Amino acid sequence: MIELKDLTKRFAQHTAVDALSFSVQPGEVLGFLGPNGAGKSTTMKMLTGFLAPTSGTASIFGCDIQTQRLQAQRQIGYLPEGAPCYGDMTVRGFLEFIAEVRGYRGAQKKQRVQRAVEQVELEQVLEQSIETLSKGFKRRVGLAQAILHDPRVLILDEPTDGLDPNQKHQVRELIQGLAQDKIVIISTHILEEVTAVCTRAVIIASGRLVADGTPLELESRSKYHQAVTLLSDEPLDDLALAALPGVAGVEVNQAAHSFTVLAQPGRVIFPQINALIGQRGWSVKELDVERGRLDEVFRNLTRGEAL
Amino acid sequence: MSQLPVIFKRELGSYFATPLAYVFILIFLVLSGVFTFYLGGFYERGQADLVPFFSFHTWLYLFLIPAIAMRLWAEERKSGSIELLMTLPITRFEAVTGKFLAAWVFAGIALLLTFPMVITVNYLGEPDNGAIVAGYFGSWLLAGAFLAIGSCMSALAKNQVIAFILAVSVCFLFIVSGLPMVLDAFAWAPQWLVDAVASLSFLIRFDSLSKGVIDLRDLLYFVTLIVAWLAATAVVIDLKKAA
Repeated sequence: MIELKDLTKRFAQHTAVDALSFSVQPGEVLGFLGPNGAGKSTTMKMLTGFLAPTSGTASIFGCDIQTQRLQAQRQIGYLPEGAPCYGDMTVRGFLEFIAEVRGYRGAQKKQRVQRAVEQVELEQVLEQSIETLSKGFKRRVGLAQAILHDPRVLILDEPTDGLDPNQKHQVRELIQGLAQDKIVIISTHILEEVTAVCTRAVIIASGRLVADGTPLELESRSKYHQAVTLLSDEPLDDLALAALPGVAGVEVNQAAHSFTVLAQPGRVIFPQINALIGQRGWSVKELDVERGRLDEVFRNLTRGEAL
Repeated sequence: MSQLPVIFKRELGSYFATPLAYVFILIFLVLSGVFTFYLGGFYERGQADLVPFFSFHTWLYLFLIPAIAMRLWAEERKSGSIELLMTLPITRFEAVTGKFLAAWVFAGIALLLTFPMVITVNYLGEPDNGAIVAGYFGSWLLAGAFLAIGSCMSALAKNQVIAFILAVSVCFLFIVSGLPMVLDAFAWAPQWLVDAVASLSFLIRFDSLSKGVIDLRDLLYFVTLIVAWLAATAVVIDLKKAA
């Protein structure tokens, strides 16, 4: 279990992380969200023992990150932002170095490196020096070093930043393959990633926690939760739609010939709309029920904080 | 303590992964030859010893050692790999000492490659080889002191060039503190202060070592200096990480 208690980091003038408290259980994949400069990386740097908190504590499975730093760090695999590596080393040389620092020797070392290389598919570049690799491969080298010792806690700072869609997909699959009994914390700007891999999302703004819940819970805070979008070539009677029970409002998009009917909080409006369509005999080309828009929730939660 | 050799091995390997090592060794060998034979008057002296060889090491190291030391930490900070290194389960001591020892051994390798000098002097006459060994040892200690200062300066600066200039400047102060021109400036001061300033000088400490006289106080001086600057390196790294 990871536990943060009033974790605070103050730099000369500004407070980067402000009394952050939450805990993460094994099996959880936590998406750590927030605008740039919200304190995501700073929090991760404190969790991994790189930066000392100004006040407050963080512990990894009972090991305090300051007083028992080495024990805590042994349980963590960490991919720092931008996946820095030793560029002049070969991939094999670098991973063997990490394995040795992690205490593996001889056959065990070989086996660990081998396994990590297979997991992130680095076989073809094993003997190349890291600085000659493409961004995607470099990121994978960073991931390989993080998972090499099969850590109980994996902390990944923007693991898919700058990757192409195929590579992003690969990284997500890798994370999903790992997750069962581990704690994974991922910081990201990409909200679809949260819905795709995370079991829980924590949103911070200006160093403070503003939301904490499953992606579904967060989506249900959106005004588009349970909203129904209709797409039609003919003009529809939006007043009739607005008059239906449980409807909070109708947004008309002239250009796309679409109507988005918003639901009142906690109401389901799809059956009523469906009935109305049948009754009036409208020809509707598309009909969508929305789960909610995470980006809208994100904006609402973080914009207020920034002002 | 157990991970120190791992850090050491990686660091030493990284010297030889780039042309830096070979360029450095070449320049060191050429310059030490030039200094010994031309400026030191190796032949003209008519003595079978390596005093002219060692006596220029202080000045040679002033520029060459900061060149090896400048990358120690500045490069880690610039590339961000310091975040990787410091989140691995190793102590500050292991990281700072492992890196320093790698640089020190590298300087030792360069120094040992001057062995043709020893062969030459043995061919020409009958030198005191004990004194020569002591001179080599003293020179290596001197290199260590320069490196420890360079390590701390490298931790201070993100930019390698700035690290180099800082290291040269601080090392220069440690050299000239024994020169008459500096000591004369302290003419107003009580004698103990003048002595204290003079005793800090590499020149005076190294002078006896280079002649093959190993004084425990000189050894202690260099060892203390190395330990102190490495401790300072560890402190600086912790302070600068946040920035």
